[in-house]
Amino acid sequence: MIEVQHLRRCFGPVVAVDDISFTAEKGDVLGFLGPNGAGKSTAMKMLACFLAPDGGTAKVCGHDIRTEPLGVRRVLGYLAENAPAYSEMTVAGFLGFVCDARQITGKNRKQALDRIVSMCSIESVYHQTIETLSKGYRRRVGLAQALIHDPQVLILDEPTDGLDPNQKHEVRQLINQMAPDKCIIISTHILEEVELVCNRTIIIARGKILVDSTPAKLTEEHGCNLNEVFRKITTTKKTA
Amino acid sequence: MSGFLAVSKRELKGYFATPVAYVFLVIFLFFAGYLPFRDGFFEIRQADLRLFFSGLPLLFVFMVPSAAMRLWAEERKSGSIELLLTLPITVSQAVLGKFFAAWSFLGIALLLTFPLPAVVVYLGDPDMGQIITGYIGAFLMAGGFLAIGMFFSALTKNQVISFTLSVVACAVLVFAGNPTTLDYLSATLPLPMVAVAENLSFQTHFESIMRGVVEFKDIAYFVILIAAWTYACTLILEERKAN
Repeated sequence: MIEVQHLRRCFGPVVAVDDISFTAEKGDVLGFLGPNGAGKSTAMKMLACFLAPDGGTAKVCGHDIRTEPLGVRRVLGYLAENAPAYSEMTVAGFLGFVCDARQITGKNRKQALDRIVSMCSIESVYHQTIETLSKGYRRRVGLAQALIHDPQVLILDEPTDGLDPNQKHEVRQLINQMAPDKCIIISTHILEEVELVCNRTIIIARGKILVDSTPAKLTEEHGCNLNEVFRKITTTKKTA
Repeated sequence: MSGFLAVSKRELKGYFATPVAYVFLVIFLFFAGYLPFRDGFFEIRQADLRLFFSGLPLLFVFMVPSAAMRLWAEERKSGSIELLLTLPITVSQAVLGKFFAAWSFLGIALLLTFPLPAVVVYLGDPDMGQIITGYIGAFLMAGGFLAIGMFFSALTKNQVISFTLSVVACAVLVFAGNPTTLDYLSATLPLPMVAVAENLSFQTHFESIMRGVVEFKDIAYFVILIAAWTYACTLILEERKAN
């Protein structure tokens, strides 16, 4: 469902993403790990067609991100870092706008809204303006926006960042629930999260993929927990 | 098309969801009423809106950039541009959607000046054709200012910078056609250059529409101006959206 080939992106002299390639299929929950500034968000932005790549390309459900960006955006649900939204709008107005933009109309619209509102538990804040919401609710509204068209591919940039433990648990449960029918990529700093929700891990540092494996395999190979594996891999390869 | 409609609907609602629209409308309508009265709206004893229309370019220099500055600067500052441009909406749809929303908003502001023509109709027997072309000219001119304002809004994340740059750009385009400027220019520049300055100015084209003469070159001037600045805005956004 996702096929990334030699993707590359520079910002001035800095190479943010350096020739990465991987594929992901339906049922995969791929954890994108890496230190800050490793290029995770840049790679995700390119997949969501927000940034154009300097080299290489990727296909999402058969649509090329260079030639058919609109096709990609139609099949993709994307939650950007910090879950941006229009703060002056109410949750209802905001989700209505996303439905308009995604051409969800009539009966489908009502069904989609009903489904998503209960799925993300945002009934109680449905008529509140977004700027008055807590961080956890804002993130849920962001998730609702990304899931409203029931996308086959989901890209979530740090979906649990800044949430309290209960909220983190809820988001993880939601991801686990959806996992079998979708292809999901999540980036995170929280390594326990990877063990709890992901069945694949890609560790990326300085724009390059260092490891493409599963969380279970990694801990088994290195004989220690994922935190230590992460430190070992990202620090030794840096100095090398 | 759906992207365009979704963006313009949201944007137009956005003006009224915040105090922006109300503050803008009150101040605009105050000055739109004040300027003609200052110049003797009743004293000239003429049933026309010349005084109202001739004050508009100056009023627009300040008012239109203030309605335009938030269009992209806010979007980029809050990061919501990343949401907008990862929905199935192209940059041109988004730019046009915002432009037409803001233009309709300015249209509403112009329509709300209806008491002035109503007074003129009540007191005398004005040339309605001239009033209507005057309003069409004012609306086109607002579009021109708006396209410039939107371009500068896309150029920077900072609304104050965006406002200042567009006021300066609009002022240059208005004052280039002022008799004083033209006198000064004709003393220093060759005549063809002065004619270029005159024809580049809002003032020249707006005045000729205001007189009730709708010429192709005046309409073309505003259409080209709007198209060019809007296109430039699209280019700058493609380039800078993620910075």
